[in-house]
Amino acid sequence: MPKRIAALSLLFAIAIGLVVFTAMAYLRSSPPTVNFASDHKPGQPVDMTIQTVGTIGFGTHPTYVSYLTRAPDGKWVHTTLWDVPAHTRLNVTVMQYDTGSPLRNQFFGRVTGTIGGDMTLNGHPTSLINSNAGNGVGHTFTIMNLGVNVPLYGVPSNAKNQCGAAPCTPNYAHNVIRFSFVTPGPGQYPWQCNIPCGLGFLYGTGGPMQSIGYMVGFLKVVA
Amino acid sequence: MAETTEATLPPGGPGGTGTGAPERHHFLWIIGIWVPLALAADLIFWFVGGPHMPPGTMTSSAAGQQFDFNVLAMMAIPVVLAVLVYEGYALTTWRASRGGPEPVTNANSRGNLAIQTAFIGVSTAIVIGAFIFGTYELVAPAGAGGGEGPDAAWTPGAHSVLPVQVIGQQWKFTFRYPTFGGFETADLVLPANSWIAFHVTSLDVIHSFWAYQLGVKADANPGYDNIAYTKTTNQLGNFTVRCAELCGIWHGAMFDTGQVMSVPAFKAWAAATEVKLAAATKLLPPFAWTYIPDANDADGGYYPDNQDPYSPVETYGAQKVTP
Repeated sequence: MPKRIAALSLLFAIAIGLVVFTAMAYLRSSPPTVNFASDHKPGQPVDMTIQTVGTIGFGTHPTYVSYLTRAPDGKWVHTTLWDVPAHTRLNVTVMQYDTGSPLRNQFFGRVTGTIGGDMTLNGHPTSLINSNAGNGVGHTFTIMNLGVNVPLYGVPSNAKNQCGAAPCTPNYAHNVIRFSFVTPGPGQYPWQCNIPCGLGFLYGTGGPMQSIGYMVGFLKVVA
Repeated sequence: MAETTEATLPPGGPGGTGTGAPERHHFLWIIGIWVPLALAADLIFWFVGGPHMPPGTMTSSAAGQQFDFNVLAMMAIPVVLAVLVYEGYALTTWRASRGGPEPVTNANSRGNLAIQTAFIGVSTAIVIGAFIFGTYELVAPAGAGGGEGPDAAWTPGAHSVLPVQVIGQQWKFTFRYPTFGGFETADLVLPANSWIAFHVTSLDVIHSFWAYQLGVKADANPGYDNIAYTKTTNQLGNFTVRCAELCGIWHGAMFDTGQVMSVPAFKAWAAATEVKLAAATKLLPPFAWTYIPDANDADGGYYPDNQDPYSPVETYGAQKVTP
């Protein structure tokens, strides 16, 4: 009898352990971090290229809208986590492949926090986008705590060569947005898209809008 | 009460030593220790600690809250000291000694009506006093810095009140100044020595506008104009703005810094900002006290025509609606 109780206790403990391990593994799972800091030479700017897509097309949420990041080796990585050096000029290029819609708050149609207070949209300096006109705004690149906000102009909704799944290539309809800003001191700075593009979710702000790796992420500034 | 207590105490205290030694007047001893201690502690707190109690004196609301905290603390300090003094006195006077008699064996160990009555009476008076004081301070003077809803129970009598609209959205507060052309900015700047009316609302979920050093805290609800009044003092400087309502993944990062500056400096800032943001202001919806994207054309005519901001079928930006 004691052996039986001991065996049952052991099995129960193993089962509990497996449940806890699985739960913790799920909770701690995170997209990879693309490192722009390790090979950085002091005094030099960092170039970062990212893209936005209407549907990621793979993974656990294939229908989610998402950002992707081009790693230094040239490969597209599905992540919104970046290591960047502190007090360094960050040159960002956004390949914007998604269509647009109005901002909930047109306030975020203004470019703020960038060097020069503007961006280039397909090569043209731009500091303000009217999201209620034209193609609207597809997404924004916004780091609230740094005051950085860049609206990403949408591609025409009637374009014939829409990109259906990531990673998208320049053959598809897209806009190229470029801007620069100087990274602050070391720390982790959350960034986000600020347009309710979580279609099908409550108020448009659920799902990908609150999932790291899709429409929110961290700018991890290292010394 | 003291005489009753003393009369029933055996020689040497509750336990009684039975030695026939002169009895100490315990109640007077305790009072004699407690009164100067409580008086000194209250005076030290009022003059040394009180002026530094949060949230400070940057506004009338903050100063009012600091006064409330100080008054309540000055009520609590004597109570705490009374407990500690009694405890210390009991431990040193009525402790059991090795080989001596049991310290508590007489009628006093089973209750003392006078002491019990006094305890209940004093406790009740303190609690009721704190309730009356707290309720009055919460309602009467300057609205206490809390959101009072669209129809404020308390309004300032001043003719000149600067309205500032606070717009909460995931995950940033922005601010519109309707008396300066309705520009919208991420910077909360206020003039000193001025009445301010914060009109707090939200564009999405529930947030809470908490300007800590201003002593102002008001919920930001979509479709709701929650008004909180306060009056800045002559104290210039920065203050912290935080969201105090769990509102999503970056709720913890939803904070910023505001500034109180002199009236001329504020007017110069507001005028310059109005000019600087003129192009952006033209694209904003007309100023309104609330912004539900379906209503008041804040959606630009693109969002589905659905008046319920919490409708589960609402998918903003899903389709372009022909105006």
